[in-house]
Amino acid sequence: MAVKTQEGAQLLTGGEAVAYAMAQIDPDVFPVYPITPQTPIIQTFAKLVANGKATTEIVNVESEHSAMSATIGAAMAGARSMTATSSQGLALMAEMVYIAAGMRAPIVMAVGNRALSAPLNIHCDHSDSMMIRDSGVIQLFAESVQEAYDHMVTAARIAEHPDVMLPVLVCQDGFTLTHSEEPLILTPDEVVKDFVGEYKIPLPLLDVEQVTTKGIFALQDYYTELRYQMNAAMEAAETVIADVFAEYSPLVGRPFGLLEEYELEGAERVVFLMGSTAGTIKDVVDELRAEGEKVGLLRLVSYRPFPAEAIRKALASAQEVIVLDRSDAPGAVPSLHSEMAAALYGSSAKLRAHVFGLGGRELVPDEARAIFAGEAPTHIALRS
Amino acid sequence: MSRLKRIALNQHGVQPLGGGHALCQGCGAPSIVRTVLSSIETPVIVLNATGCLEVATSRYPITAWNVPWMHTAFENTAAVASGVEAAYKVMKRRGTLPGGDKEVTIVAFGGDGGTYDIGLQALSGALERGHRFLYVCYDNGAYMNTGIQRSGATPYGADTTTSPVGSESFGKLQQRKDLTAIAAAHHIPYVGQSSGARWQDLSAKVERAVAMDGPAFLNVMSDCPLGWGHEPRVGMEVMRAAQDSLFWPLFEVLNGEYKLSYRPRKVIPVVDFLKMQRRFAHLFKPGNEAVLEAIQQQVEDEWSKLLRLCGEPVTELPVIKPAEKTEQAETPVGAAA
Repeated sequence: MAVKTQEGAQLLTGGEAVAYAMAQIDPDVFPVYPITPQTPIIQTFAKLVANGKATTEIVNVESEHSAMSATIGAAMAGARSMTATSSQGLALMAEMVYIAAGMRAPIVMAVGNRALSAPLNIHCDHSDSMMIRDSGVIQLFAESVQEAYDHMVTAARIAEHPDVMLPVLVCQDGFTLTHSEEPLILTPDEVVKDFVGEYKIPLPLLDVEQVTTKGIFALQDYYTELRYQMNAAMEAAETVIADVFAEYSPLVGRPFGLLEEYELEGAERVVFLMGSTAGTIKDVVDELRAEGEKVGLLRLVSYRPFPAEAIRKALASAQEVIVLDRSDAPGAVPSLHSEMAAALYGSSAKLRAHVFGLGGRELVPDEARAIFAGEAPTHIALRS
Repeated sequence: MSRLKRIALNQHGVQPLGGGHALCQGCGAPSIVRTVLSSIETPVIVLNATGCLEVATSRYPITAWNVPWMHTAFENTAAVASGVEAAYKVMKRRGTLPGGDKEVTIVAFGGDGGTYDIGLQALSGALERGHRFLYVCYDNGAYMNTGIQRSGATPYGADTTTSPVGSESFGKLQQRKDLTAIAAAHHIPYVGQSSGARWQDLSAKVERAVAMDGPAFLNVMSDCPLGWGHEPRVGMEVMRAAQDSLFWPLFEVLNGEYKLSYRPRKVIPVVDFLKMQRRFAHLFKPGNEAVLEAIQQQVEDEWSKLLRLCGEPVTELPVIKPAEKTEQAETPVGAAA
């Protein structure tokens, strides 16, 4: 089947797309360690640097823990620094992800979301991102290759905003996006360069005139206040993300948001989820709408900060909200489900939730129909 | 100008590590840090692993550091230094360094826990990648910050809280690992072993280390009055006994060539070094004679190996046997009760 693409579009995988965005931004330092399904990012970027398309200093470190450590070192030194990972890599660097946020290092990290071991699995779910949900990093989830690319272009502006100064994770579904070619329109190089601008942080470590002590030791007397400041930064991030998206949107002629509302007009039953599965849900919403059913989709883009107020507003007239978590929480309620229970507390909407897509098990249209019909099991497509 | 004068003058105009820190009396670390940093002519950027040196110098909202300093975690200081070095390189190339393209020297400090054990992978990676920085391990032979737990650097027979002496144990049952040799196996331009009690040796080694175009590693013995069990005032004497007993030889490896830095005129038996410290006191009780003999043997074997590597004649050790030195051995300098 021939794919009809928009004029000027080219076919790229999600991994290639974010690597192209990085080459256009040309960050100073990129410490990185290979892991499936993130590898297309580092391979594509290494090739772009090898061909002179970017002059970034790539540091091929010996682990993801060191990747994030070196990225923090470079970012705090005064250099724009990015890294990339997936799954076990994110798990290994989790300690340093918390530290990056706590030290307010404005790092950008591309993530190809993948299930966590055990058992070992290389395909998509969101459990890796969920593991660091309270670390203080911003997490943006893309539905398409185009959106992953656009998030990558905008991420540095969000991370480096003086009111934010937090790492931004540009998340895309492993394999479904990282390894799948989709038509993509690249933003012109000079537009990206102008948009992203220069990296400037207050008091870089490499300033030997204005000497700083970084990564301090704080006990009962100051720790609470220093951690609390991240709440204010996350609150500011909600506005900053919206502002940065609003500034970028007219440059490329595509809408962006912390949420995407799809057929919410008069929708009584609304699915709420993140990531590429939204594509399948949209198709099913179209079919059900054609059959006269009042269904819709609310897609979450910004997992952190979690835009609870905007979600409440978007779902004001929904009668039933169906949350789809692509990660499980044995012995408790999965992340999106619990966030939504809190966000919709006091609302008259009924809340239903399912776990789907673990370890790359795709959600098919028939299952989506069953979900809307209220006939799906708690764990979608679970075999007995 | 003499080396002492140069160090005392301090090229940075200020003491890199100032007063007001909370390190113990007699701790070897601060004088090592000051000797290292004051021996470097360019401005320095200091990275520090979690540990005594870090917690005792950076408690918010005050700092003892008068030079740029950063800590992130325990096991990753060499990786952080890699990132800082990469940043420096690229910013210099792109002309975006704050304050022009001033030369700086990047120095990382870690204790033996953060270097021999949990930080070994990050160190190995950074050395292999060839970042231009100096890593200094201040080796006091245990996790002192968390309360004297055994590390890969803890000597055979030492009493620690996780290798405790008991009716079935004489302390640490394993020999310490040879981290300096591990570092040398990375084919880096400079590796050295020095001591907190030999400031001239340390200072000269730092000068040679930072002149190299590539990674340099220094393993520096640092006393710990609390963990070793000696009076704070005798730390230097204890460490000097470590050299004179050949327990901690001083040497360097320049582009793969081993070079001996110090050959004691009179070698003292290792028990003279051990007797000065409470962590070895149990070894002098009846029944542990074999452990003492084993330690002496280990020291002699390692020394012979080192002499061969340095191309020095391997002669029989002129060790004065403990029996001939009864008087001195019975009155160890400042041994704690």
